[in-house]
Amino acid sequence: MNPSPQQHEPIASVPAKPSLPNGPAAAAILSAGVGCFALSVVAVVADASKPVARFCTFYLPTGPLSGVTSTAIFLWLVTWFILARRWHNRTVAVAKVNAVAFLLLFLGVLLTFPLFADLLLGK
Amino acid sequence: METSFRALITQIHGMLFGVFFLLAIFGVLVELCRSVYETRPPELTPAGHRLQRFYFVCTALLGWAAVLSGAYLVYPWYRAIPPLGVVNLAQFPQALLKSSAATAGWHNLGMEWKEHIAWFAPIAITMAAYVSIKYSSSIREHPQVRKAVLVFVIVALFAAGVAGYFGAEIDDHAPIQGGGTAIHWMGGSH
Repeated sequence: MNPSPQQHEPIASVPAKPSLPNGPAAAAILSAGVGCFALSVVAVVADASKPVARFCTFYLPTGPLSGVTSTAIFLWLVTWFILARRWHNRTVAVAKVNAVAFLLLFLGVLLTFPLFADLLLGK
Repeated sequence: METSFRALITQIHGMLFGVFFLLAIFGVLVELCRSVYETRPPELTPAGHRLQRFYFVCTALLGWAAVLSGAYLVYPWYRAIPPLGVVNLAQFPQALLKSSAATAGWHNLGMEWKEHIAWFAPIAITMAAYVSIKYSSSIREHPQVRKAVLVFVIVALFAAGVAGYFGAEIDDHAPIQGGGTAIHWMGGSH
C-alpha cells in the first residue's frame, strides 16, 4: 500500500528558536577581565610614580583612587563596546576567551594585594 | 541616642549598600549553582523574568552604590590630613591608624587592598547581570559562558568580602566621626 501524499509532507513543526550566539557574552566576560586587570595595573603604576599619581587625582578629596578607578572603568567599557560590536553576531571560542579572562582576573587580584605589589615595586 | 552625619553616611555605605550587595551576590551564586543541575530550562512567566531582571539590576546597582559612596563620600573623610599641631587624631582615621605600629596594618594592608579590590565586585556583577539577563533561558546551551560567569561571581563575592571585612575592622579601630551637627534618633535620650 502506497503512502498517501499527505504522509510524504513534512510534519508541521514549531520552528526551532535560534540559539543566541555566544559573542556578546564573550565580549562581556573578556572586557570584565580587562577592566579588573587595568584597575590593578593603573593602581600599581600610580603607587610607584608620583607624576602618575598626580595625573590620576581627578577629584582631590579622593586622591589618586579617583583617577585609577575612572581610568579602569573607562577602559573596561570601551573594551566591552568594541568587542560587543565585533562579536555581536558571532560564535567565538569561549574556552580561549575564558582562559584569557581568568588569567587577567587572577593577575588583577594578585596585583591588588599590597604585599605582592610592594614586592613587585621593591618596597 | 545620637550619631554624627559622617558616621551615618559610613553606615549607609557599609551596612546598607555593602552588606546587601554581599548578600545579593550570594543569591546570584546560589542561582547560578542551581542552574548547573537543571534538567530542563526554567519556565518563568513574564512576571518571573521581570523579577529576575530586577534582582540582577538591583544587585549591580547596590555594588556601584557601595563603591561610589565609599570612594567619593567616606574615603575623603578617612584620608583627611590633620593640620600641623593637631594631637587628637580622632577626626583623621588614616592618620590615627598610621600613628601606631599596632594599628598601621589596618591601613597599609586593609585599606590599601580594600580600596582597589572592592571595584572588582561591581564590574564582575555587572557582567554577570548582563549575561544572565541576555541569556536568561538559554544559558544551559552555553556551559562555558556559565562557567565564566560563575568564576567571576565567586571572585566578586571574595572581593566584596575582603572590602566588607576590612571596612568593618577599620571602622572599629578608627571610626569615621564628626561632620557638624549630631543626628538625634530619639529626642528624649541623652
